[in-house]
Amino acid sequence: MGGTRAEKTVERTQGVGTPVRRVEDRRFLEGKGEYLADLNIPGVVDIAFLRSPVAHARLKGVHIPDRIRNSVVLAGDIAFAKPIVAVGKAKGFKYSEYPPLATGRVRFVGEPIAMCVASTRAEAEDMAQACTLDLEELPPVWDIDVALRPDAPPIHDGWDNNLFVTTEIKTGDLNAVKASASVVVEKTMRMARHAGVSMETRGVLAYYDRRLGELVVYSSTQFPHVIRTILAQSLGIAESTLRVVAPDVGGGFGIKNNFQPEELAVAALAMKIGRPVRWIEDRREHLIASPHAREHRYRLKAYADKAGRVLGLEAEVTVDAGAYSVWPWTASMEAGMSAGIMTGPYDIPVYHGRAITVCTNKSPLGPYRGVGRSGACFAIETMIDAVARAVGRTPEDVRIENMVPPTAMPYRSATGKLYDSGDYPEAARRALAAIDAAAVRARQARGEPDGRLIGLGVASYTEQSAHGTAEWVARGLPVVFGYEPALARFTPDGKLILFVGIQNHGQGLETTLAQVAHEELGIPVSDVVVRHGDSSVSPYGMGTFASRSMTMAGGAVSRACAILAEKMKRIGAHLLQAPVDSVTLADGKVSFGAQSVTFAEIADAAYLHPERLPTGEEPALEANAVYEPGRSTGAFSYATHACVVAVDPGTGLVEILDYVVCHDCGTMVNPLIVEAQVVGGVAQGLGTALYEEIPYDENGQPLASTFLDYLIPGPAEVPDVRVLHMETPSPHTRFGIKGMGEGGAIAPPAAVLNGINDALRPLRVELSETPVTPERILDAIAAAQENAR
Amino acid sequence: MKPAPFAYIRPASIAEAVRILADGKGSARPLAGGQSLVPMLNLRLAPVERIVDLGGIAELRQTRDDGTSVRYGAMTIHAAFEDGEVPDASNGLMAHVAGRFAFRAVRNRGTIGGALALADPASDWLVTVVALEAKLHAVGPDGRRVIPAEKFVLGPYFTSLAEGELLEAIEVPKRPKTERWGYCKVTAKVGEYAESMALALVDRARGTARVALGATDGAPIVLPEAAASALRGEAAQSLRETIQRELVAAERDFSRAKLAMHATTVFRALRDAVSS
Repeated sequence: MGGTRAEKTVERTQGVGTPVRRVEDRRFLEGKGEYLADLNIPGVVDIAFLRSPVAHARLKGVHIPDRIRNSVVLAGDIAFAKPIVAVGKAKGFKYSEYPPLATGRVRFVGEPIAMCVASTRAEAEDMAQACTLDLEELPPVWDIDVALRPDAPPIHDGWDNNLFVTTEIKTGDLNAVKASASVVVEKTMRMARHAGVSMETRGVLAYYDRRLGELVVYSSTQFPHVIRTILAQSLGIAESTLRVVAPDVGGGFGIKNNFQPEELAVAALAMKIGRPVRWIEDRREHLIASPHAREHRYRLKAYADKAGRVLGLEAEVTVDAGAYSVWPWTASMEAGMSAGIMTGPYDIPVYHGRAITVCTNKSPLGPYRGVGRSGACFAIETMIDAVARAVGRTPEDVRIENMVPPTAMPYRSATGKLYDSGDYPEAARRALAAIDAAAVRARQARGEPDGRLIGLGVASYTEQSAHGTAEWVARGLPVVFGYEPALARFTPDGKLILFVGIQNHGQGLETTLAQVAHEELGIPVSDVVVRHGDSSVSPYGMGTFASRSMTMAGGAVSRACAILAEKMKRIGAHLLQAPVDSVTLADGKVSFGAQSVTFAEIADAAYLHPERLPTGEEPALEANAVYEPGRSTGAFSYATHACVVAVDPGTGLVEILDYVVCHDCGTMVNPLIVEAQVVGGVAQGLGTALYEEIPYDENGQPLASTFLDYLIPGPAEVPDVRVLHMETPSPHTRFGIKGMGEGGAIAPPAAVLNGINDALRPLRVELSETPVTPERILDAIAAAQENAR
Repeated sequence: MKPAPFAYIRPASIAEAVRILADGKGSARPLAGGQSLVPMLNLRLAPVERIVDLGGIAELRQTRDDGTSVRYGAMTIHAAFEDGEVPDASNGLMAHVAGRFAFRAVRNRGTIGGALALADPASDWLVTVVALEAKLHAVGPDGRRVIPAEKFVLGPYFTSLAEGELLEAIEVPKRPKTERWGYCKVTAKVGEYAESMALALVDRARGTARVALGATDGAPIVLPEAAASALRGEAAQSLRETIQRELVAAERDFSRAKLAMHATTVFRALRDAVSS
């Protein structure tokens, strides 16, 4: 299965590779989408969560005024709901129990303690305010360093420290490398804690459907089937009596890709009181208590020769994973992923990596666009620049010379990944040509009339996508996401419905999956409906994350439609009295020369006039398929980002003058969507690079709980991003597709920081922390000036 | 993020507003443009039993050209300054400041009086009225009084307005036509609060100069030595040193980075005023 596009005998004007405008955009742009908060179930009551105001305490009780006692739900009232437990398979992994409502202890500011139920959210918040908490505060574990002190109080009962787990990768002989290296560069870096800030916050609405005898849970989630599985387990009910639906979802980015305690609490409450109950997260809750992301610390040591060729790498990544292990990823996935991709697109044969996952009194940390890769890219790319400086050569040259050449593909990295295909050096060369590195260097030399300093920043990465069984097993998750299904079903009037298990929340899959159907069947995209997001409607699928959906669901849709294509031809040929081998499928018809029969006529025969079918042909016109790529170790997209920055040394402000991405995601299904994904990812990456952070104070209080303090890039901050495309198909996937949704967000922190360091080099400044705020820049400049004196 | 219940009152006159705010029948806060107060109410940071909406008091929105000064009604919205709907006593500085405040949506409702009375240290109007040597007209249960702008702000969110007192007007002396202004504001991104903001007014013909620094976590700071130094035409390096010295001598708790940023905005505001 897989490889390049099938030989086309008929033109496919809306097939794979064509720039079809997104069909879902009409309802979104006209304000006619239906998100969680738009749903109107009669009798629904609104919930406000009473959340912990402190980071770490024994919860001795909740005092509820008598007049509202029946409206406030505590842990004991939903005791049948089992806590969330996500256990990693790595040796020594310590598991946490994450209750839907806190019992006994609270472990982060924002942890849910009670549900207040009222006919409006405002009244529910009044109730929450009227309750008082009996809390015996414990010393807050507010930082990685605090958590790792020998006298730090363990956050979880039965733990003797605050480490979820430590894992290691050891490849090659590091001692030999240490002996032969001419240059050793050591660096520490950090990336700050993020919230995901999807445009739509989280939300859950649950009610009991008496007719069907099932609990219905609407949730703004990225994987409804999997939520159904874990929710049924946690509630102690059969999965066949539970329906989970993701309505229109206004962005997920991974934040909606966890089993949330709020999902469990709201569903349990609906079961208990038999009324529809709804929780809509507000922005303050989102910034404080939604799953956080990105808080990484790095220590890297690179051993290189005089030319800057890296012979070996030592890396330690420490992740502040917050108070509980998120389901299903586990707390340890972030650090493990980072350590597992640390060598990036480079041919570094010797690698010792260590991944440390620390438990702290903060909101649990989970996946967010790019996941561990953004931090790993940040680490290795700033390190490569440092190696270049150490040997007196340009980062551009050193970077390309270290890269895995195309002749080495498929390439087994020192981290154990199998890179399937690609030409990393060529992408870097094209990006550098597009940014016109030579002109930038000349401009730097000339100086700016306004006194700003110009810098060139480059960062490259390779991104594992559409990984299946082998990779998820290797990561030690409690569930393994090995495949995707598709059910392709014609209606008697000749239109097609695709039932898929992914969940579209911005990826354009309602369009691109229809394009795949067009590719196989020649059916107009406007005659295709894509149904997703509903566990009762679609076959069991894994959902949308890890840049998997186009490859996996696309492969499944292709297989199912290919089966239907054959059946269409058989029936069509029979109706046309033509040889099966001589008919073609195009424009919604089966044709033989000038004669044709429409899909509607064929479908009508298949469903309602089986007497017209060829002998032995079964009636109906639908096909099921499942798909996994030829190798489940992933298809690797890659890119080089290059940017030009102007740094104002008087104010610390950074302007991005130019930003180029040269990327390769194999065969592109829809270039418009691919480009938009890249640009959107870059916008988020710029947020990481320059704006976003949630610091915690020594009491464990989050210091960015509104947009006053948590800054995200807006239209004025995102430059015009120039995107160059390369297409090296994957040998393992249908059409040679690779996933690419996350890549845009992976490289910007490294590219921008490298650019800023390049600009500030004359001032002897080297920064290594995101976000690179004006204050950090000014402080570094002042420190360098003091050192010089 | 829904507010706690409160009563809403909309008086028709200043006298009625002052009476309600002083009547002791439960806590009461005046509502001007609501661009700070309403978010605070929604976040339940400012619990209050009664909101007294000043929007119905026409007198507070009236502006008068008094010949040597312009008297701006306290409820004049930022957009009115930006759009030139009120006379400009400041040779265009107030319009320039107003047009760079937050976002247009905020400017359509936020008021100069509300911004000054709240005294958020990062508020642009705070440093502007200090730079322009404005006089703030207050009215309260004990009558009316005039407060010079430089004495108005005592600290972050802390003004010399007494309990129950309202700002009714801001009187700005008309600046000489020979005077030039310089403006430098640093925000982390478009539309955010100022991290540092300096306004300079230099009149070479009359031999006067004034520079004020805002967004300092407290009251704006006037820097007379820096202004004098710029007026004398001192070289850049010397001027920078003077600014640095004067900022340090102001004995505010500036971080190293903030000190550098403030030194930049003051320098650039002065440089622009001197050279324009």
